Order: sequence, then C-alpha cells, then structure tokens
Amino acid sequence: MSERTIAVWDGKVRIRVRSSGAGPALVFLHGPWGLTWDPFLDELAKSFTVLAPEHPGTTPETPDDVHQLDNLWDLVLCYDELFQALGLESAALVGHAFGGMLACELAAAYPSRVRRLALIAPLGFWRDADRVVNWMMLDPARLPDYVFRDPKSEAARRMFGTGDDPDAATMARVRLAWAMGATGKFIWPIPDKGLKKRIHRVAAPTLLIWGKEDRLVPPVYADEFTRRIAGARVQTVDGAGHVPHLERPDVVARMLKEFVAE
Amino acid sequence: MKISAFHLMPHRELPDDFEKRYESVWVTPPWWELADAERVGQYYNWTLDELLFAARAGFDGVCTNEHHQNAYGFMPSPNIMGAVLAKATNGSHVAIVQMGATLPTSNPPIRVAEEYAMLDCISGGRLVAGLPLGSAMDVNLCYGITPMEHRERYREAFALTLKAWQARELFAWNGRYYQLANVNLWPRPIQQPHPPVWVPGSGSISTFDFAVDNDVCYCFLSYSGAKAAKTMMQGYWDVVAKKGRETNPYRAGFLQLVAVGETDAAAEAKYARHVEYFYHKCLHWPIQFLSPPGNQDYKSLVAAAKSNIRRAEDTKSLRYRDFVEKGYVIAGSAATVRDRIKEEVVKGLRVGNLMVLLQIGSMPHDLTLENMDRFAREVLPSLRGEWDDGGWVNHWWPERLRGAATARTAAAVGAGRA
Repeated sequence: MSERTIAVWDGKVRIRVRSSGAGPALVFLHGPWGLTWDPFLDELAKSFTVLAPEHPGTTPETPDDVHQLDNLWDLVLCYDELFQALGLESAALVGHAFGGMLACELAAAYPSRVRRLALIAPLGFWRDADRVVNWMMLDPARLPDYVFRDPKSEAARRMFGTGDDPDAATMARVRLAWAMGATGKFIWPIPDKGLKKRIHRVAAPTLLIWGKEDRLVPPVYADEFTRRIAGARVQTVDGAGHVPHLERPDVVARMLKEFVAE
Repeated sequence: MKISAFHLMPHRELPDDFEKRYESVWVTPPWWELADAERVGQYYNWTLDELLFAARAGFDGVCTNEHHQNAYGFMPSPNIMGAVLAKATNGSHVAIVQMGATLPTSNPPIRVAEEYAMLDCISGGRLVAGLPLGSAMDVNLCYGITPMEHRERYREAFALTLKAWQARELFAWNGRYYQLANVNLWPRPIQQPHPPVWVPGSGSISTFDFAVDNDVCYCFLSYSGAKAAKTMMQGYWDVVAKKGRETNPYRAGFLQLVAVGETDAAAEAKYARHVEYFYHKCLHWPIQFLSPPGNQDYKSLVAAAKSNIRRAEDTKSLRYRDFVEKGYVIAGSAATVRDRIKEEVVKGLRVGNLMVLLQIGSMPHDLTLENMDRFAREVLPSLRGEWDDGGWVNHWWPERLRGAATARTAAAVGAGRA
C-alpha cells in the first residue's frame, strides 16, 4: 500500500489518499468512522487500483483542515479537485454510509467522472417511519452493537480500536470521535441534505449493497435510491449489519468485481 | 460582593423512579407522561414569586437561564421571565441577571441584543447581559446546530451583539454564519457603552481565554460546588494574570447550591430529599449528550481523552451528607453556611459575583421562601462586605447599582417607574 497527500481548496485542505493494486481505478469513500485499510480493500486491490481518500479532518495529522469547508457543496468541490489532481477521468466509485452519500452527490454533480457507482448502506434520505439512528448520540460503548452484527468480531476491533495498549486506545477514541465530528459536520442533525433534488442527474450504472441486519440505516432506504436512479439494483448481504464490506469482505468484493466488470 | 438568587425552574414532582424509567431529564423526557401544562403554569408562577421574594428580601440580583426540552429547567426563553422581573422590580436596586439567552440558538442572534436592550430599557438600566455558549444538549441536540460550528457561531454572534449595541451608524454584517445587510438596533440599551456582560462557562480553557480577551465576567455555573471548582478557577485566574489584567474578584462569578436551616440537623431534615432529588433526577442524562462528536475542538478532545481529571463523579451513588461534605451543596445553620461560603467560594475561588441556587429540585414553594428568607436575613448581610477593603470596582455590574443595596429595598419593589 502507498499513500500520498494532495492539497486542494487553494492548498488549505490536505487529503491523504491510500492506494494499492493495479488495474482500472476504483475510488473508495469511507464512512463516518474514518478509513481503516482492511481485508476488503486488499481484496479489491487484486482487481483494481484502489484509491481511498480520507475525508477532510479525518487524517490525524491535519484535523483542523475541515474547518475550511462550510457545507456539502464545498466538500463536493474538494473531491472534484482531488479527482482532477489524481488524473481520474472516469472511475468506479464506491462509498459506504456517509461516503456513499458523498459518492452519490459526486455522481450527480459530475456524471462524466463516474463510470460505475456502488453504494454500501448509503445515507442521504430520511423517512420519519424508519429513522436513521444518529450514531453520534449513542453511548460510545454501544456503538459497535449498532454498526456490526457481531460487535466482538475482528473487523469491529479494527474499526473501534479496542486494543490492550491504553495510549493507543485513547488515540483511537480521539480519531473515532473526530472522524464522526468531521463527517457529521456535513449532515447534522438529519442526513438529508437535498440529494433528492439532485439524484436524477446520476447517469452511471448503480448498485446498492445493504447488510440484511443493518441497525443504523434500515435496508428500506434502498428504495429511495432505486426509484430515482434508472436501472439501479440492490443486493443484500446475509449475516451483515451496517458494514457488510467489513463483515463479509469476500462476498461484497465479489459483488463489486462482477458489477464493475459488467 | 454582589449576591444574586438563581433559579432553574425545575419540574418539582418527577416520579420516584424517574431515573430508572427514563433515559434522560434533557432532550428526550416525554412531556405527556411527565408533565401537565396547568401544573407547569403553577411552577412558572412560583418561580417568578420566589425570585420577586428574593428581590424584596435584599438580594442584589435575580437570575434566570435558558434550557430546552429539559425537565430540570424549562425556561426556553429566559427573557420572558426577565421581562416580568424587570417590570415588577422597578424602582428597586435589584439587577436583572439574564444567564441567559443563548446566542447560537437565536436566529438571527441580534434577537438577543434587541431583547436585552428592551430589558435594559424596561428595568431602567439594571440588566446584566449573560451571553452563554449554551450546552450541547440545548444547541446541538435540541436546536440542530452542527456541533463543530457551535463555538464559532457563538463567537461570531457575540461580536455581532456587541457591535449591534454600540454602532453609531447602520452597518452590514457579512459573517461566515450570519449575514445581515441592515443592522440598526431598536431599542438600544440604557447602559453605555453596553450592559455588563457575563459569560458562563464550564471550565473549558478556550472559554477562559475568550472571557479575558473580551474583558467580561467569567461565571462558572457548577452544580458540583466550590471544592471541585478550585483547580478550574485557578486556571482562570492564571489566564487573567498571564494576560496582564488585574485580578479583580468581580471578574469571576460562581453558582453555589445553598440550603439554610435553624441548625445543621434541621437543614438535613428539611432539605435532604430535595438535594437528592436534584442530583439523582435533575442531573440524569447519558454522558455522551454532553459532547457530541465535533463539539469540543480537536485540542480539547485530545486533552480530555488523555486526562481523567474531568471525568465527573457519579452523583447517583451519593446521599445528602456526601453532597454536603463534598461541597456540592453548602447546607446547614446560617453560621455553617456563612463560614463555608466565605472560605470555599469567596476566598477559595476569588469570586465577587456570587449566585446562589436556593430552590433545589423538588423543594416546594414555602420551603423555598423559607430558605431564601433565612439566607437573606442571616447569611447575606455578613457576605456583602467581602472584597470591600480591596477597593475593587465591580465593572461587571450595572453602574447605577454598584454602590447601592445596603438597605432592604422592599418598599420600592413593585413600584412603577416614573
């Protein structure tokens, strides 16, 4: 795996991009808990050049860069600049949760930049009858119960950093809280920021992936996307909660490989 | 020193098993299960009567504050209460201390500047303008302000407020969060250049800097008492000294819970259950509500994660005697209360502007009046002279009230202004 940092927004926002693999470009946009390079991305790197940027502020070395951005529009423009700097004419775009919402916004704003769009349990809509659970108001000790079907799994430990070393655990808590704050800035208090007005612009073939036991963003939200994006399909993942790509990395990676190769 | 009566306007009759049955006293308590509007109307009237009683009894000021969706304090608009108090105390020497209307929840925030100017006009220049940041529960969870923008919005609104009071010409405010093309406040406050400003805080270092840089009175509104506040307030005084300001005790305010009885034992008999109600039910909320992600800036987040000092004690396991011993509440005979306030609050924290909470939790109206009366007659007179020998000027008190209020002002209270 390699990494580089690209300054966008007139040099004021530094975005660290981790990458690995070879083949066609696939951009992965992470969710509200920051980026952890995991077996899922390794699996994808066998078939693609995986590029995984860290959202502004979520990189521990540059936490305050997020203050340069006021709203989702600013953030979308930052990613346009990033794609430009990476020389990405047209890439497969995969996003999870917050990153899924952002990927969909990018596909709506710049249809030509996105060749294929895959959204894993994306945010972006709101139904009063099926409220998205606000993970930022949960007891941190109970957060893994909502994110993972099995909160004791190895993948959960990687994301929530509940290791033995107390100093490392402290910094993991900081990293996690700040990642939630820096992404939450663009969606507080309700993660519906007008995607419904823009989503009709999405031109890329689109795949929705949802864990069957998602306790954070109920799988019914897939309907909001499929009824608005022509030809969009949904695939659900057994034995997975809100992070199916981490809970069943082999299954989700295979779905993505098949979808992107179609 | 100046001593003001503070009120939270709590629900006084929460069920015995409240803290077991419900998640929180704040943000999520179900109104329809827990409250009744007719009864709540009674609470508001008791609250106003209690504060007016305090005004007549000789307190220097009466304080109200703002909370939302909160069963321990539900004055969503403290200025409605303040307006009643301002009118009813006209002709007296009592300050109307608004602690206060919260800028980030007022949109546009010049609404606070306008209402405070109204209160200053109605009261004849007796307003103390508290300008709180507001809690995360009120601002982020109830009023939807993005946690990461909370402090920045506050600071912009604070600067706008000060300018709106003082500007001689109509001006345009082209801010990051607020844009107003024609700011031209009607009315303006009587007090010039503006009413004294108090900034309540909860011990965050960035607020110390802000308070000193803006030359306001920093008020620690604590429910944990003076003993627990010592290190924190020393941190504030260190910042005052470091920035080269005089260590005028009137630069600091502190809120202390107080209960006065005939004797220490009588105080326990009268007040124990109300104190326990306050700490067991009124302060019942999930700890993560205090600081949703992004509410603390990155530096503070790292500092808080690394230190355990600020991790609050679990008050649910404590009883009345613990609260008294640890200084959460200063309770007992008048002599006990007087000595402890002098030692722990006045000297211990170097506080010139003292606020006392005398209606605590479930405390009924009559007992509240008794507590206020005992405090006013047996404690307050011996505290009033504190700091007099230092020759300090209370720049943070309405100028026309600074020298006054040695005598009872009962006769004047209620009289209309000419």
